[in-house]
Amino acid sequence: MGADAEVLDRKSAVPALIGDPADFLIIGGLAGTARDIAHLTGDGDNAFLLGGAMGAAVSVGLGLALTQPGRRVLVATGDGELLMGLGALGTVGVMAPANLSILCVDNGHYQETGGQPSHTSLGVDLAAIAQGCGIPNIHGVATSDEIGAAAMALRAANGPVFVLLKVGMAAPPATRRSFDAAARKSAFRQALLGAP
Amino acid sequence: MTGAWQDALYDSLRDGGVTLFAYVPDAGHKVLIARAGVDRDAIAVPLASEQEGVGLLAGAHLGGGLGVLLMQSSGVGNCVNFFSLIRHGRFPFLALISMRGDFGEQNPWQLPMGQGAEPVMEAMGLRCMRVERAEDVVPDARAALAMATKSNAAVAMLLGQRLIGAKSF
Repeated sequence: MGADAEVLDRKSAVPALIGDPADFLIIGGLAGTARDIAHLTGDGDNAFLLGGAMGAAVSVGLGLALTQPGRRVLVATGDGELLMGLGALGTVGVMAPANLSILCVDNGHYQETGGQPSHTSLGVDLAAIAQGCGIPNIHGVATSDEIGAAAMALRAANGPVFVLLKVGMAAPPATRRSFDAAARKSAFRQALLGAP
Repeated sequence: MTGAWQDALYDSLRDGGVTLFAYVPDAGHKVLIARAGVDRDAIAVPLASEQEGVGLLAGAHLGGGLGVLLMQSSGVGNCVNFFSLIRHGRFPFLALISMRGDFGEQNPWQLPMGQGAEPVMEAMGLRCMRVERAEDVVPDARAALAMATKSNAAVAMLLGQRLIGAKSF
C-alpha cells in the first residue's frame, strides 16, 4: 500500500454498500456499526441493533434468515464483535442460507473503548476465516472501486455472502438510537409480522 | 435408555409450534436431534458453541419463528452474557438442558458447571424447571413452552441424570 493509498470512511462506504436499507431486514452489531445502521435507517423498524451480548449479531441474523427465507437479511457488525463469536461463521457455512449477507466494518480497532488494536490489525484475516467456514460468496472492499460489486452481492447474490469492508479510524456518524431492546424487538415484529 | 419419553417430548414440542431445534450434540438429546434432522417441517441447526443458540432463538423470534436450544449443562456457562439479550429484550426462550455433574456423575470435570448451571441461569433471570421422572417430561415441556411463548419468559428445563442416566465418560 502506497503512502497515498485510499482509506475508506465508514460514513460514506457503509451507505454506498447497503443502498436503500428498506430492502433488508438488518441486525446491527454493537457500537460503531449500530450507529452506522441507526443513522442510515433513522433507527428504523427494519433494524434490530445490539447494545450488548457482544458476539451475537451473526447468530441473531442467522435465526432471522432461517425464519424469513423470502427476505434479504443483512448482519452489519464490526471486527471486534465478529471476533467474539467466530464459531457462528461456521454455523452460517453449514446452514448456508441463501438470503443472509454479512457486512463486517473492519477498522482494526476497538474504537469505542479507546482505540486498542483488534486481532485484524495484528494479522487475523476475517475474510479468509469466512472462506474457511464454507461461506461461498466473499468480497473484500478496501477502495471505492470495489464497492459496486460488493454492494450487488450484499443484496442479490446467492448467499451466504460475506463482505469485509476495510475502513479507517474516522468516527461513525453521530446519531441517537434506542437501547430498549424489548421495545425495538416489538417494533421490529410489528413492522414485519403485524403483531408485536 | 429408551426413546419413549424422548419421542413424546419431540412430538409435544412440535405440537407447541417449535420448528427450529438448535443444538450442540449431546447423548441426552440424541432422539430430539435425530428427529429434527429428518423432520421436513423443522430446521435442525448444529452449533459450534451453545451461545450461538441464544442469539439464534432471538433472531428466530424476530422473524416470527419458535425455536428451542438443546444443550448439556456445561454449555450453560458458554451462554451467560448472551442471556443479557434474552432478559433485557424480554424474548421468549426455552432451553432443554441435559444435566451432567449431578446424580451419579463419574467424571469430576463435570461437577463444577453441572452444579453451577442452575444458580447461574437463575442469576440471569431464567426460570429453571428440574425434571427427574419420565412421566413429568411432556407436561413440564408443555408448561415451559406456554410460559415462554405466552409470558415472554426465559425457561430452562433441566433433565436430571436420574432421568437420563449418569454417564461413565
